[in-house]
Amino acid sequence: MKFNELWLREWVQHAPDTAALSTQLTMAGLEVDSLSPVAAKFTGVVVGEIIEIAPHPDADKLRVCLVSDGEQTVQVVCGAANARQGLKIPFAQIGAQLPGDFSIKKAKLRGVESYGMLCAAVELGLSDQSDGLLELPQDAPVGTDIRSFLQLDDNEFDIGLTPNRADCLSIIGLAREVATLNRLEVNAPAYSPIPAAIDATLPVQIDAAAQCPRYVGRIIRNVDVSKPAPQWLTERLRRSGVRSIDAVVDVTNYVMLELGQPMHAFDLEKIDGGIRVRLATAGETLQTLTNQELKLNAETLVIADHHKALAIAGIMGGQHSAVSETTRHIFLESAFFTPSLLAGRARSYGLHTESSHRFERGVDYQLQVRAIERATQLILSIVGGQAGPVAEVESDQLPTPVIINLRRHAISRLLGFDIPDNDVETILQRLGLDVKSVSDGWSAEVPSWRFDLSIEADLIEELARVYGYNRLPVRSISSDLPLPAKPERQLHTTAVRRSLVARGYQEVITYSFVDPKIQALLAPQQAVVELINPISNDLSVMRTTLWAGLLQTAQYNLNRQQPRVRLFETGLSFSPAKEGIPEQQKMLALLATGSRFTESWSAKSEQIDFYDVKGDVEALLKLARIDEVSFAPASHPALHPGQSAAIRVGENTIGWVGALHPHIQAKLDLSMPVYLAEVQWSAIASGELSRFAELSKFPEVRRDVAVLVERDVLAATLLDAARHAAGELLRDLTLFDVYQGKGIDPQRKSLAFGLTFQHTSRTLTEDEINAAVESVVNVLKTRFAAELRN
Amino acid sequence: MDNLEQLAIAARQALAAAQDITALEELRVQYLGKKGNFTELLKGLGQLPPEQRPAAGAEINKVKELLQAEITARRETLEGAAVTARLAAETIDVTLPGRGQQLGGLHPINQTIERISSFFESIGFDTVEGPEIETDYYNFEALNIPAHHPARAMHDTFYVSNNQVLRTHTSPVQVRVMENREPPLKIICPGRVYRCDSDLTHSPMFHQVEGLLISEHATFAELRGVIQEFLQVFFERDSEVRFRPSYFPFTEPSAEVDIQCVICGGSGCRVCKQTGWLEVLGCGMVHPRVLELSKIDGERFRGFAFGFGVERLAMLRYGVNDLRLFFENDLRFLAQFH
Repeated sequence: MKFNELWLREWVQHAPDTAALSTQLTMAGLEVDSLSPVAAKFTGVVVGEIIEIAPHPDADKLRVCLVSDGEQTVQVVCGAANARQGLKIPFAQIGAQLPGDFSIKKAKLRGVESYGMLCAAVELGLSDQSDGLLELPQDAPVGTDIRSFLQLDDNEFDIGLTPNRADCLSIIGLAREVATLNRLEVNAPAYSPIPAAIDATLPVQIDAAAQCPRYVGRIIRNVDVSKPAPQWLTERLRRSGVRSIDAVVDVTNYVMLELGQPMHAFDLEKIDGGIRVRLATAGETLQTLTNQELKLNAETLVIADHHKALAIAGIMGGQHSAVSETTRHIFLESAFFTPSLLAGRARSYGLHTESSHRFERGVDYQLQVRAIERATQLILSIVGGQAGPVAEVESDQLPTPVIINLRRHAISRLLGFDIPDNDVETILQRLGLDVKSVSDGWSAEVPSWRFDLSIEADLIEELARVYGYNRLPVRSISSDLPLPAKPERQLHTTAVRRSLVARGYQEVITYSFVDPKIQALLAPQQAVVELINPISNDLSVMRTTLWAGLLQTAQYNLNRQQPRVRLFETGLSFSPAKEGIPEQQKMLALLATGSRFTESWSAKSEQIDFYDVKGDVEALLKLARIDEVSFAPASHPALHPGQSAAIRVGENTIGWVGALHPHIQAKLDLSMPVYLAEVQWSAIASGELSRFAELSKFPEVRRDVAVLVERDVLAATLLDAARHAAGELLRDLTLFDVYQGKGIDPQRKSLAFGLTFQHTSRTLTEDEINAAVESVVNVLKTRFAAELRN
Repeated sequence: MDNLEQLAIAARQALAAAQDITALEELRVQYLGKKGNFTELLKGLGQLPPEQRPAAGAEINKVKELLQAEITARRETLEGAAVTARLAAETIDVTLPGRGQQLGGLHPINQTIERISSFFESIGFDTVEGPEIETDYYNFEALNIPAHHPARAMHDTFYVSNNQVLRTHTSPVQVRVMENREPPLKIICPGRVYRCDSDLTHSPMFHQVEGLLISEHATFAELRGVIQEFLQVFFERDSEVRFRPSYFPFTEPSAEVDIQCVICGGSGCRVCKQTGWLEVLGCGMVHPRVLELSKIDGERFRGFAFGFGVERLAMLRYGVNDLRLFFENDLRFLAQFH
């Protein structure tokens, strides 16, 4: 809500100074978004009159004017096209200080002396652009300081109103608020109802009483729309951010700003028969004021005549019946539309107007007659004419006054503070409520302009607000609440994230919506959740894997000369569900590419491989105390078929680790192999609690075994078999060498591992150990055709 | 006893000449060993008359012990020199950088969330997460924002279907908790939220932490207490905090909270738009309708709720001047928060 300070001050006198007023409004919940002077600082400019005007002897575009400042007449050279004899203009005299540190001195222009300057609006900082000199009204008193004549010592306020405070979308509403806060009176400008000079009326029929419980109309005949609105009026509109159109429209806008009632003026001669307020018939069309051809839906309320829709009720007028240069008679409308039934309609047409903004939030339902009287008074005084009687059609669908019971103890229960009875009553009364004392508190009737007050808590907020939030007490929370349980088995994300940080990974946060192209590359078979209204095409589907964002982040950083990138992210992945909301699973994902360590004097620069990332995943699983994990060769559309593993707990796949498929790597233009892992958070979120086992005091014995097996034998399978065959005495099994190549059968590989044996209560005998090792070797020979190496 | 004297002189000369431990050892064996010169001398005592033997023996032993002591001293010197030489040979350049994996880092937004969570967890709040694609009901209706409510215009909502949205705030998590747990409740809900808006100061995805307390004694005064304490702890300064009336459909009374500008201290700067105040969060007493929708007895229980934008707090705390940096994930930017 934009408005100018002087207008408000006319309605409520003795309000605090500008800065204090601004703070007061903000602290009352009417947040001042901006406050700026209506004109730049300048001095020495008065109303001047061009007495004589003659061509410049030496310049085509310049003219020489004789200008009166009321006391003397001086010569001024001027280049404006609209300079003419008899025109009144702002005249900057010698010594004037104009905005931008510009001082007016005696000057010579092409040989002719000039004593001052005639000003355009832009030169006085009144507007951003202007066409020629600012033309002042003919009755402007010559010699008067322009600042006082144009009321330039004024400020523009812009208030960011919350949707509940529709009552403050007007000067009267703001005045009520300022009056309440300062214990002042509201001084509405005095005017009396305009009696009918003619008896012309237009029949009004309401077919949709729920949507339009009250419709007030009035005919004004013989208006002269060629007369412009007075400057004081257009200036107030301008300072409130409303453009001047013509006198009649300006008046309706003025009344809307002043009282909060949106109004509409029709060209009477374009109305066929009479007014009908009805719902649109489906498919009906309307050409709007802004020349948009709208196809109306059946939920739209229209103001129609007996043949066609003239306007979308409460939203926008139509082109056909709009007031134009040829209008002779007008029909004024001042109606009340039910907020809940108008809400959303404007938006369904992509429209948002000053009118719809107010009606959706609630216009004072007792205001219609007052507004039409005010508009009539202004119209008659500006464009003349004769007014007919005020015609009012009203139904029982008008809102009824809301009565709220306010219990005394509820105030202190909610605020933690007792507001004295006396204060409660005065505050509510000043806000316009009709307050009655009842046994446990008060009963208060809400005024017709406050749509936001309907329950007890609303009144308590009003009390707190006017009393001042910051005058209310501050207290620490009482500790009567149980502390939340913290299960030790549960793994905290922080622990996981910090351990990844220790392993050199940088956490990133990428968008949950990704490019459908990369999504399709990574998970071609997977159905996705699509956004209906994405911000752009490349952010239009919900990720099914966090790899999408990680890969793009890697790309971004590799393109910025980062030699190695290690990233992780935690977040949801999304996939459509048969019913209800999509499946949303929290995932943890890693990406690594480039050298194993940062470039260093001490190590060869080695590229990482599958086992680096697998090691990081194993560390995480260890941290989570998940024991029964296996990594099984398996194929995934995003991963290298020979370098990918499903991470399994029992039969469940809880994640994947592998190299990005070279095909995708090439498509993403990544120069080095990229290794990825992703794990379901729920699978690692809780593990086993630590459990103590007795430490053995007896010596450990280690035996090393090396075998040759076919290359395709999986180490994990072989070692599992060995572990199993070694029996209960085995404490530990470590694979310490894997070799294939020179010196052995090219089809085979050598695996060497150490078996560590120990007994809890005695020293092992040589025979026992030999037996265990032999059993291992036998199993490997029979199951894997293993050949023992020396 | 001339022999003794000569022997001592010869021994001392040899001692002075011994340049290493091996030479010294040979010398010790030669003079002091079982078959050494001094042993020989002692054996020769038998040829002396018995009355002279004790004195002569004592004399030999005295010289022998003296020599022994000198050899030991010499040995220590030589050993010390050897150690010194070895240490000198082993000297490295300790200014070379150390070896191993460099530390990565946490994202500044998550660092901020951790900082916020740790404050609230320390006073007994439980951290709860929830879905990011929500039904219209949980995101709006249950929070007293019916269809066409003007407040919906404040949320530029992403839709995935007619009645499913990307949550515009983390409040739906609070609704789910109110439905599933018995009050009293004390929770915070950090997480990603989405609004269909992208420019210099808006990101289509950002983070909120919202909190909810429901008890028999919750008051607006307690809400002010918690918020004030949190802001002072978070910014590590005793800044003034002010509450302004505001409007949220799900709270009544509602407030927006300003903190004295942490950049200029309240004197006015670009960040606080010369007002001296920074708006940091919204809060209020839970609207009776919201309690009712979640089947909580509003006569017995009351609650307060609050919510803040994590990016805003992080920007103020670390002096980041462009919101978009958080989601570009430029490693050079992220490394500044290690």
